[in-house]
Amino acid sequence: MSRQAHEDTIVALSTPAGSGAIGVVRISGPEAIAIVNGVFSKNILHAPGYSLHFGQVLLPSGEVLDEVLLSVFRGPRSYTREDTVEISFHGSPYILAEALNLLVSAGARPALAGEFTQRAFLNGAMDLAQAEAVADLIASTSAKAHEIAFKQMRGGVSDEIGKLRHELLNFTSLLELELDFGEEDVEFADRTQLLQLIQRISAMTTRLAETFRLGNAIKEGIVTVIAGRPNAGKSTLLNTLLQEERAIVSDIPGTTRDTIEESLVIEGVKFRLIDTAGIREAQDQIEAIGVQRTMESIGKARILLYVYDVLGTPQAEKEADLEKLRKEGLEILVVGNKWDQAWQLHDNLFERFQKTIPGHELAISAKENNGIEQLKAALLQAGVGSSNAEENVIISNLRHYQALRAATASLSEAENAILAGLSQELVAIDIRHAIHHLGSITGEITTDEVLGNIFSKFCIGK
Amino acid sequence: MFPEYDVIVVGAGHAGCEAAAAAANLGQKTLLVTMNMNTIAQMSCNPAMGGVAKGQLVREIDALGGYSGIVTDQTMIQFRMLNRSKGPAMWSPRAQSDRMRFAEAWRLKLEQTENLDFWQEMVGGLEVKDGRVVGVRTGMGLVIPGKSVILTNGTFLNGIIHIGEKQFGGGRAGEKSATGITEQLVELGFRAGRMKTGTPPRLDGRSINWSLLEEQPGDEVAEKFSFTDTPRLTKQRPCHIGYTNPEVHAILETGFHASPMFAGRIQGIGPRYCPSIEDKLVRFSDKTRHQLFVEPEGWDTVEIYLNGFSSSLPEDVQYKALRKIVGFENVRMFRPGYAIEYDFFPPDQVKLTLETQLVENLYFAGQINGTTGYEEAACQGLMAGINAALKNKEQDPFILKRDEAYIGVLIDDLVNKGTEEPYRMFTSRAEYRILLRQDNADLRLTEKSYALGLADEARYQRLKEKKESMEVLLKAMEKVSLEPEQINPVLERIESSPLNQKVKAGSVITRPNVTLDMILEASPELREIARDMEPEFLEQVEIGMKYEGYIRKEKELADKMIRLDDIILPEKFDYRKLKSLSWEGREKLEKVRPASLGQASRISGVTPADISVLMVYIGR
Repeated sequence: MSRQAHEDTIVALSTPAGSGAIGVVRISGPEAIAIVNGVFSKNILHAPGYSLHFGQVLLPSGEVLDEVLLSVFRGPRSYTREDTVEISFHGSPYILAEALNLLVSAGARPALAGEFTQRAFLNGAMDLAQAEAVADLIASTSAKAHEIAFKQMRGGVSDEIGKLRHELLNFTSLLELELDFGEEDVEFADRTQLLQLIQRISAMTTRLAETFRLGNAIKEGIVTVIAGRPNAGKSTLLNTLLQEERAIVSDIPGTTRDTIEESLVIEGVKFRLIDTAGIREAQDQIEAIGVQRTMESIGKARILLYVYDVLGTPQAEKEADLEKLRKEGLEILVVGNKWDQAWQLHDNLFERFQKTIPGHELAISAKENNGIEQLKAALLQAGVGSSNAEENVIISNLRHYQALRAATASLSEAENAILAGLSQELVAIDIRHAIHHLGSITGEITTDEVLGNIFSKFCIGK
Repeated sequence: MFPEYDVIVVGAGHAGCEAAAAAANLGQKTLLVTMNMNTIAQMSCNPAMGGVAKGQLVREIDALGGYSGIVTDQTMIQFRMLNRSKGPAMWSPRAQSDRMRFAEAWRLKLEQTENLDFWQEMVGGLEVKDGRVVGVRTGMGLVIPGKSVILTNGTFLNGIIHIGEKQFGGGRAGEKSATGITEQLVELGFRAGRMKTGTPPRLDGRSINWSLLEEQPGDEVAEKFSFTDTPRLTKQRPCHIGYTNPEVHAILETGFHASPMFAGRIQGIGPRYCPSIEDKLVRFSDKTRHQLFVEPEGWDTVEIYLNGFSSSLPEDVQYKALRKIVGFENVRMFRPGYAIEYDFFPPDQVKLTLETQLVENLYFAGQINGTTGYEEAACQGLMAGINAALKNKEQDPFILKRDEAYIGVLIDDLVNKGTEEPYRMFTSRAEYRILLRQDNADLRLTEKSYALGLADEARYQRLKEKKESMEVLLKAMEKVSLEPEQINPVLERIESSPLNQKVKAGSVITRPNVTLDMILEASPELREIARDMEPEFLEQVEIGMKYEGYIRKEKELADKMIRLDDIILPEKFDYRKLKSLSWEGREKLEKVRPASLGQASRISGVTPADISVLMVYIGR
């Protein structure tokens, strides 16, 4: 292949560490094929790209380390655009560790985290938005997050941004046309036209920025706090919720002593459930700290499950609690628990009450697994709402989000400037700010492009 | 026969004249060599100075102590401030000039300049020794020794004029082209290119039916270009406006087969913003008429310049088409329009001082750098003249930054972006155009030039007076409060909401539609302070206060950009190895070898994605 950005060849285990059916070792760089050839039972020096080879990986002693299947990729037709070999070993930690040692002593260098993707980026295989998406893809822990990352990697965001850029370029051209060519015999955009255009662009950036909340939630998991008075049944609820999903639940280390965090995936959307200490007037200092932590958790949460005991909680107490907990941006689901006990008191009470419960209030029995499906549906609704994550491009990258937010702010200043009847060169300053902010994702719009656009559309010149 | 000159300027067009004047005024023993002393400072094309962005350039030249503004003021026949309906940053002075008097005034100005000698002959080559220029060789074979040489050859280097199927060598209608220099420079390792420009026919004003054309008068009150006490125009000559029509277009089309452009005989790249009439017909075929400006060439002459009708079609086609224009039924031509091709040297081969990278003490200015326009040429000449002098005197180079002057934008663009087509200044090329106004050129530049020894004492004293007056008034505006009863009548008049309590004058003026005049009308105290101040000083205060918010916004953006300039790129960096860079970006980065990421971001062909790649690569 032609000259490359990198002189050295890197190697890493590409599947997760630990036992599995197979473990894939990837090696990329100018010497990739030669290095593998030196430890393989067959000659692959002239193997074509996209070819599969069955054989043995041999230790220096001549002993067979493992029987493997290896794939040869010839640059630039590979992920990194470099020559690459992927070797599928049996998934034993011992074999994989030995294999890495073997390849490193044969001349490869252990790859740094993300280095394959960095090479793919630096070798021009993907743009920055795509490279960032790969990182997200690798880290994605739920089906939805995987989907967003995958779409972004395939250029979804880049396409959307491309459209946005096109609109901005046209808008800028209209402004500059009248500034630089005011003497020309061409028709200039009037204020109404400019307003319509900028509102359209604003709507685009706003919409993209708004997808971030969802995108980020899906990527990171939606923080959901379970709170309520002591013995309302919070922990039981947590366990009940997790029971069915046990297989994909993982403990997240580093949670505080008195709040427990677990992950729950509902229809591909990840929720981070945080069980908290009960809320009540603190009896002692330790408990006061617990309550304080609860409040901190709520501060970070998107959804609050307020759980109360339907039999033992006075209405006033519940309302006082809710009053304290309510805050901007926090979705509260009120969950009446222990309906099984109420149900014992009267045969049809549960069903009847469930139909008459106001608003967001849900009736469940955590212990008897009653009403849990409805609760999950409510959680999903509160978490991702009705927005259709299937069709839209979703912004899940913080840097993109911030750029879009800042650009939207500049665009709205530009809109105000147009409304106030200010001259175009002042509107243009705000537009330049917007373009500057978006530049990190859309690519900067240059004067040459603006002028080129003007000359191609308008008859300029005496 | 010749002493050793400090600076030899080759060519006496707008670039050459400014270069010679600047070098001589900086005390350099200077020689101006031209093929014809009767065509010094000839306006080869449009008899006009200034215009949008170009007017700003002339004001900057003047603020730095160049002559273009003074000569323009002395010889204009009409003045218009373009873009007056927009904000002050867009106001652009434009003058219609008397072509002959303009050239004469320049020549007299140069003749009165100390340290400046003249020689009439073609320069055929450079004397170069050890990578350094040491003089020039003339057509007769004379060697003139010089410490530095500034080439301002305009369209003369291997110039070829095209009219229809005819073509002949020439640097301008009726003038010989210059040969030898391009070939020698290419031998020295320079890359040369070819550009094209065109000019419209000149007409006999006595044969035009003026009553059928629309009159375009000058401004009621003419302003001027120079910050010095040049005369102000009182009487003006109008221009006129006419239009082509489908009949004119049909006749022009009959000549397309003989067009040197369409037949491919012209290889040079022409400017897109200055297309020939045949170009306009082809590219915008749906337009049924094109506007034409009928411009007088001077106070007394009957010669007319037909702006908008640049053409290289056969002369008889031009003639027949012209006669179908309303008002031109009996028109006679003095000469047809023509296209001219000439050599230029892609400007990424010069430094920001305009000294060439390859040959020390050799400078390029004007069309040789791929620009077009008198103003663009003149400011480069000025900067080359200054820098040649400074280098000879072993002083630091004089470089203007993009946020200091349009001149800075122009040279930075040329060096970093190069140019594919003749480069013309536009305000949109300047990131900081709210700062780079024509009204504050002196505040931005005169002090710098005075420090170099170029701007004279009178300029400097006037600037000082202006600054002091402005400060007095600015302070007063911030201090003096206006009572509701004082200012409300004024506010009512312009339908601005009245005040309920007293407010500082400085904050009232930031309201839309409130002018300084209104404030002065309302406040006897401020009126007294402003009483003896020149209108120009008052205007400066007004603009500064009214646009403060925007000026601040622009500075913010400037600061953000400057951050990229702080990221230094390694000197020996193999850009070719970075496959993720765009192909063009790689080539350009290799060629220009930018010192910083900021400079890299301004190189044409280097995309923002390329900048991201570089940032990732250098670990940012």
